[in-house]
Amino acid sequence: MEKHVEKITNIRDTTIGKENLEKTRTKTNWKDKAKKILTSWQLYVLILPAFLYFLIFHYGPMYGVQIAFKNYMPSLGIWGSPWVGMAHFEKFFDSYYFWDLLKNTLGISIYSLVVGFPIPIMLALALNEVKDGAFKKMVQTITYAPHFISTVVIVGMIIAFLSPSSGIINHGLGALGFETKAFMEDPTWFKSIYVLSGVWQSTGWSSVIYMAALSGVDTQLHEAATIDGASRLQRMWYINLPVLVPTMVILLIMNFGSIMSVGHEKILLMQNPLNMTSSNVISTFTYQQGLLDAQYSYAAAIGLFNSVINAALLIVVNKISRKVSEVSLW
Amino acid sequence: MKSAAVIKKSTIQESKTDRIFLTIVYLLLFVAFLLVAYPLIYILSASISDPAVVNSGEMWLFPKEVTFEGYRTILQNEAIWRGYLNTIIYTVVGTLINLLVTIPAGYVLSREEFPLKSFFTKMMIITMFVSGGLIPSYILVNDLGLSNTMWALILPGAASVYNIVITRTFFQSTIPEELTEAALMDGASDFKIFSSIVLPLSKPILAVMALFYGVGHWNQYFQALIYIDDRKKYPLQMVLREILVLQDLSSNPSTMMSEETAMYLNEQQNLSAIIKYGVMIVATLPIIIVYPFLQKYFVKGVMIGSIKG
Repeated sequence: MEKHVEKITNIRDTTIGKENLEKTRTKTNWKDKAKKILTSWQLYVLILPAFLYFLIFHYGPMYGVQIAFKNYMPSLGIWGSPWVGMAHFEKFFDSYYFWDLLKNTLGISIYSLVVGFPIPIMLALALNEVKDGAFKKMVQTITYAPHFISTVVIVGMIIAFLSPSSGIINHGLGALGFETKAFMEDPTWFKSIYVLSGVWQSTGWSSVIYMAALSGVDTQLHEAATIDGASRLQRMWYINLPVLVPTMVILLIMNFGSIMSVGHEKILLMQNPLNMTSSNVISTFTYQQGLLDAQYSYAAAIGLFNSVINAALLIVVNKISRKVSEVSLW
Repeated sequence: MKSAAVIKKSTIQESKTDRIFLTIVYLLLFVAFLLVAYPLIYILSASISDPAVVNSGEMWLFPKEVTFEGYRTILQNEAIWRGYLNTIIYTVVGTLINLLVTIPAGYVLSREEFPLKSFFTKMMIITMFVSGGLIPSYILVNDLGLSNTMWALILPGAASVYNIVITRTFFQSTIPEELTEAALMDGASDFKIFSSIVLPLSKPILAVMALFYGVGHWNQYFQALIYIDDRKKYPLQMVLREILVLQDLSSNPSTMMSEETAMYLNEQQNLSAIIKYGVMIVATLPIIIVYPFLQKYFVKGVMIGSIKG
């Protein structure tokens, strides 16, 4: 027995020795390394388009973000425009709309998270209980489908269905004896319409990632539990759900990292002057200030403030998660 | 036959609560199915029904007073046709560029011995969490002279980190290290390996990526909103935006807009009443046709992505 252990450690020692040898070799022979980099020049050519793309279109704007601290004038360029320090940030924090924007942004984000996060998990768990066949396929095909419909068409549908005069929802309400309502022009409904239509569109597709995790569950675990008399509900709760936890945690961290960014694409289309008090969020405000009113620097400052909060949240939540659940992004 | 019946009976017997549970699961799934399917069926029915019965609420499930007037009007609408053509061009060119950037990059990052692998990976991953934001990107695209050209819609989204990572994971699991090593031993160059070993094996990932990117281009409107001024260059989604979304705002007296646009939108509004449902179908048609056949590829893409997300 002891001999055996000795043998194993011996083997390990020799392999470690080998590694060390290789390390020292590469260290001293930098020529080798340079040669290796040069011989794979064709690989660099293959990755060059991606490198250039990220350099120009992602790192380029990061360089341009300095205009948040400047007074950007297109004629002077990014570099030539005069510095103004934190003036734009101060203006934003002191503005009367700051808290409204923050409240709307966080309100929509958190609402989306609370309603939109658990439903795909439930759908995946439910679909997983159904045996493969026509029914399962039909449910999957239909629930995944809205993911592929464009934002413009989705908002077009929302507007058409909720129209006070011709929309099917108001006709339904009328038939049931309720009063009809101009939903899109009512600020109190905006957030619900935004979030629930989002749930309609994305639940099916979001469940795919959980289905993938569930397909990895060991069937023997289920067999053993069945023999021990576990019901389907118990097996779902004690076997399937825990399997999903790492995926859930990762997605939650990502969600927290974007809690301050409610996408502007859908909201811009849903906005109208009457629902503005609850539909104006930081991203759409940035768009209005920057691109419609050409206040580039001010809008860039608001955008930067937004991404700094997001990045900070991501780092903090990631850290907490690593401590608590040992799952983390990095 | 008999034994199957016995097994079936025994499983049923030992799980009475399971049967109730399963019934509830099936019921809930069916409700979910109905909730998602109903709006889709409604649009389809409304597109071929007389607008008057649709707007009055008489038509609520199956088509009533069937007419193809809406589709006929759509076919005669020049703006829709031009938007369609533009979108097809943007989608094809854009997707080709996406593939040219994504596939080689994904392959290179899948090569274990590639010296600067971690540098390139980090460089790309960072952009998922840090970005300059909308305004600096807008200024950049303008400074590069891309505005009002189709390149403004294509180049800023030439690749996505997520898709490169999926591609890398695909290559890591389909092309064995030994194969590359053997080819290198035989004196094959990296170009040669990529073109004659990797590409022939990458049909599934090409399909998945073409679909992901293609749908993205097809459905995109925001880039066109901020970069394209020339109405002749509008993609389909911008034309749809006027028909489906802005017509609603024009009915709103407080909306700020020039008289000219207001009049134009008013015209659109009348048009919209006839064609709005048909145009939703027409705009989504390519995806509707392709989707049932390719659903498994889409799902596959997400599955590959989830292995190492």
